[in-house]
Amino acid sequence: MINFGYTLSKDRQIDFDKADRRIALFVREHEPSFNICFACGTCTATCSAGNFTEMNLRKIMTMVKRGYVADVRKEIEQCMLCGKCSLACPRGVNTRNVIRKINQALELYAL
Amino acid sequence: MNYDPFVIPFCAGVIILAITLVYRYLYWIFTLSKADKFKFLKGIFSFRIFKAGKEVFLESLLHRKIFKINPLLGYMHMSFALGWLLLIIGGSIESKIHSHRPFNAPYEPIFFKFFNHDISSYAWANEFQFLMDLLLLFVLSGVMLALIKRIYSRMFGMKKTTRLKLGDWLAMMTLWFIFPLRFLAESFTSGMYHNGGFLTGSAGTFFASFLPLQNLSYMTWWAYSFALGIFFIALPYSRYMHIFTEVVLIILRNFGIKNCKVYNSFSAIEVHSCSRCGICLDKCQLLKAARIKDTQSVYFLQSIRYKNVREEKAFDCLLCGRCQEYCPVGINLNNIRISKRVELATGNHNFEYLSPVVEKTAPVIYFAGCMTHLTPSIKIAMESILKASGTEYLFLDKDGSICCGRPLMTAGEILKAHKLIEKNTKLIKESGAKTLVTSCPICLKVFKEDYLLNIEVLHHSQYILRLQQEGKIQLNKMPVSSAYHDPCELGRGSLVYNEPRELLNSATEFQEINQSLKKSLCCGNSLGGLELNSVQRDLIRIHALSKLEKNNPDVIVTACPLCKKTFARDSKSEVKDIAEITWLSMQNSVKHKLAEEVALQN
Repeated sequence: MINFGYTLSKDRQIDFDKADRRIALFVREHEPSFNICFACGTCTATCSAGNFTEMNLRKIMTMVKRGYVADVRKEIEQCMLCGKCSLACPRGVNTRNVIRKINQALELYAL
Repeated sequence: MNYDPFVIPFCAGVIILAITLVYRYLYWIFTLSKADKFKFLKGIFSFRIFKAGKEVFLESLLHRKIFKINPLLGYMHMSFALGWLLLIIGGSIESKIHSHRPFNAPYEPIFFKFFNHDISSYAWANEFQFLMDLLLLFVLSGVMLALIKRIYSRMFGMKKTTRLKLGDWLAMMTLWFIFPLRFLAESFTSGMYHNGGFLTGSAGTFFASFLPLQNLSYMTWWAYSFALGIFFIALPYSRYMHIFTEVVLIILRNFGIKNCKVYNSFSAIEVHSCSRCGICLDKCQLLKAARIKDTQSVYFLQSIRYKNVREEKAFDCLLCGRCQEYCPVGINLNNIRISKRVELATGNHNFEYLSPVVEKTAPVIYFAGCMTHLTPSIKIAMESILKASGTEYLFLDKDGSICCGRPLMTAGEILKAHKLIEKNTKLIKESGAKTLVTSCPICLKVFKEDYLLNIEVLHHSQYILRLQQEGKIQLNKMPVSSAYHDPCELGRGSLVYNEPRELLNSATEFQEINQSLKKSLCCGNSLGGLELNSVQRDLIRIHALSKLEKNNPDVIVTACPLCKKTFARDSKSEVKDIAEITWLSMQNSVKHKLAEEVALQN
């Protein structure tokens, strides 16, 4: 194959039948500010845990919204709940409570 | 022995009350932790019991703390507590002198006037008549004030009073009826037998002129006995449980038993000591600024007592501690709130990725904290000051902080918090430091309370002041006016009030605002309020800021990066941290010095 200097990404499809929206619905109900996130990533840029590891709140929230819940627990366990993200958030998302609610949903649905 | 069937309701009430109280207190004391039980036993046989007695007298009877909040409110509580107790004591002595026996039936002092009509038959009878009437008048004045308070609470300095439950209303009504009924019963009997003191005697003569006292008197004694009986039976299930529980609480507190962040039987005693006076209501910013009406400490403790705690109420409190500062019972309200959050904690943790290493050892370590990394101007100023003063220090979290654990703790995640505490403790111990300086009051509180460090822990304002006093840095007064905001965790949380003010006095023209020191307002972004939405936080911030901006200061100074970040958003004045102000003032003095040197050379 000719090397053009770039490659095709591996195909990724969202299968809506398999998407598990339970966490998203739970968090949306109990912390409505979850909805107004526009995924700018400021939270991730300021994250104390993100300074040491791959923890990424923007990714977590996107995964939850898309229904990819398999990796959420592993990611969210690393959060120290320091609250920098909630101060930095330009939209006023109550991020600490979003994280707490995601944790609750994980426990509730035994994910 | 004197007896009449109407004493039965009273006696039944007293017996049921005594059994309930003894059972509950013994249960709570037996379920204390082992260490606390040991403290209790040690305390009983020590001088602390006298200290406790003094406090019981001052707080449970005189209500000194309520007097400080509002004298009229204090008088009302004192008239009920002290007045009633003196009535009981006075009555007992009177009946014992009368019967020439050291013991008599418990109801005899209470219904003394019903059974004894001949006032010349015992010593000091007239004096006793006068004294008992005076005490009754004292309590009746309290009942009168209590009625007025229900209608016009502002007279007592309270804008809001507690919304009472039905049970509390019933108990309160019977309490209000007790003393007027006693007054009527005694007056009617006095009217029939032409005796009684200045109050019941005169009222008796008056009533005798137009009322058929023969029929009325006996009925009123029945009613009085019923009112007492119902009140005693309702007492343990209503807010009046505080009357006896507060005494137990004060004793245990004096024995050194403390409220920890886990709900235990000491917390239960604290919860039952709440009199639902509602003093915390006006002090709560959630009510005043954000219009949240059902989460104040009085309602939260009530929900704990009746076992219907709602999760959002456990989590929407700012934990600013203002209610705690004003609570006349001195309940540790923040810890009780946290203890309920602990019960609702969820989720696992995995902090394996944190493997802290120390670069070097140093006598002083500087821990900026997460929030300070969000406001870099503070850490730049702080580093400049440390360098200028020639301090040998290590910036412990230069490349990003491991969180101190306090935010997790305020969310009730104590286990997770302790994992972080372990990591940071290892780091601090390895650094070999004697002094830990932090810029964040949130970190300061947890370092002091939950870390077992055995080294000096200081907020940067304390350390900077020390540098100034040792002459290592020099501050120059700048021609700017300043107002100071006490951060909750630094002021009420760690009792650091003076140091930032002293620095501000040296560096600026400092003006104190009204709501400062212990009364200081929260900035609204406290990490405690997890369930608060951004609008509610904004309302609290705007309210707090309006107080700070009242005198139009050139600069609003605070000592917490979180408060600074919050206020800076929409303050008319510039918002600076105390470290920044110090550094500016130092630069000013450096310039001053240079100018002096130049002048000398010329």
